[in-house]
Amino acid sequence: MEYFELAIGSIFINNILLAQFLGMCPFVGTSKKMETAVGMGMAVVFVMVMAGMITWSVDTFLLKALNVEYLRTLSFILVIASLVQFVEMFLKKSIPGLYAGLGIFLPLITTNCAVMGACLLNISNEYVFTKALMSSFSYAVGFGLALILFAGVRERVNLGRVPKPLQDTSIGLITAGIIALTFTSFRGMV
Amino acid sequence: MAQSLAKEFTKGLWAEIPPFRLVLGLCPTLAVTKSVENGIGMGLATTFVLVFSNLLISLLRSVIPAKVRIACYIVIIATFVTIVELVMQAFTYPLFLKLGIFIPLIVVNCIVLGRAEAFASKNNPVMAVADGLGIGIGFTLSLASLGAVREILGAGTITIWGGNPVLDISTWYQPFAYMVEAPGAFAALGLMLAGMNLIGKK
Repeated sequence: MEYFELAIGSIFINNILLAQFLGMCPFVGTSKKMETAVGMGMAVVFVMVMAGMITWSVDTFLLKALNVEYLRTLSFILVIASLVQFVEMFLKKSIPGLYAGLGIFLPLITTNCAVMGACLLNISNEYVFTKALMSSFSYAVGFGLALILFAGVRERVNLGRVPKPLQDTSIGLITAGIIALTFTSFRGMV
Repeated sequence: MAQSLAKEFTKGLWAEIPPFRLVLGLCPTLAVTKSVENGIGMGLATTFVLVFSNLLISLLRSVIPAKVRIACYIVIIATFVTIVELVMQAFTYPLFLKLGIFIPLIVVNCIVLGRAEAFASKNNPVMAVADGLGIGIGFTLSLASLGAVREILGAGTITIWGGNPVLDISTWYQPFAYMVEAPGAFAALGLMLAGMNLIGKK
């Protein structure tokens, strides 16, 4: 039950994009087309769960054991960077179409603060391993959900006649604000 | 030389001011701008990292092998972020708590890596410092102004570093809590971006 609450909380109430503002660059950058949004969402789920497990282990068995917690930022980013490199090589070989679609944003998962943020949140909330795993997965699902919802809305918005100064990112952010508003109604569920 | 130095510095203040002209680094922009104070603190921390990582990357630009350059940049940036983290923890603890995980997350701020890749790796150290300082101050100004808009509309007051509010309109204005909540951040940034598009050419 505790895990179920954690999952609902991380997906809807503390949604990593709409409530915690992590991972905004890919949110704005890859949400113009549904296809790239789905690809990005999947890539993030994979990377975030892997990164959550590895960084938790690194933190517990290396940094805490050796009393060098101040190296956390440095070691986490290195773990994430190498992981992303691996995913990139994998996609390039096996799914070239998707690789082409994601373009610049795949290497940028390295600088996707959602991945690093979820890892840091696991540590600062002092979760045990299984909880950290569950929370990473739920955050990633929340990320994918918000990204895909946003891409769907944005595709429609861009068909309309938007005033020139509001075009593109500007109207996108306002749309995101309205989506975030709907997510606030999940508060109090858990 | 002096002229182009000034140019590199001032472009960060208007022509390429992040996050309005350069749509990067949106996470801290949206997350920490509940108040002016948080905005300034975050902006200054980012400026410090920008200036020093730009300087070091520029000094090492002929040594760093092209193939592993991104990894090298990230290590350099992470080092300065750790310094900022420790310094803030020691001297500005309340602010450190408020900014929370967004301090370590400067390491994944696209602005910093973006400047390293696009500018510092191709220019001499003096220019790189001017660029970092300009972009950093521009970022601080953006965060402070977005923070000001949200704080005044959402709370009716502006308070900087404790004490009495420097500006208080709550006597005749009903604060609109939506603005300091998450959805208000998106709306405020979207509208400010539209305003910038309206007054400046592309």
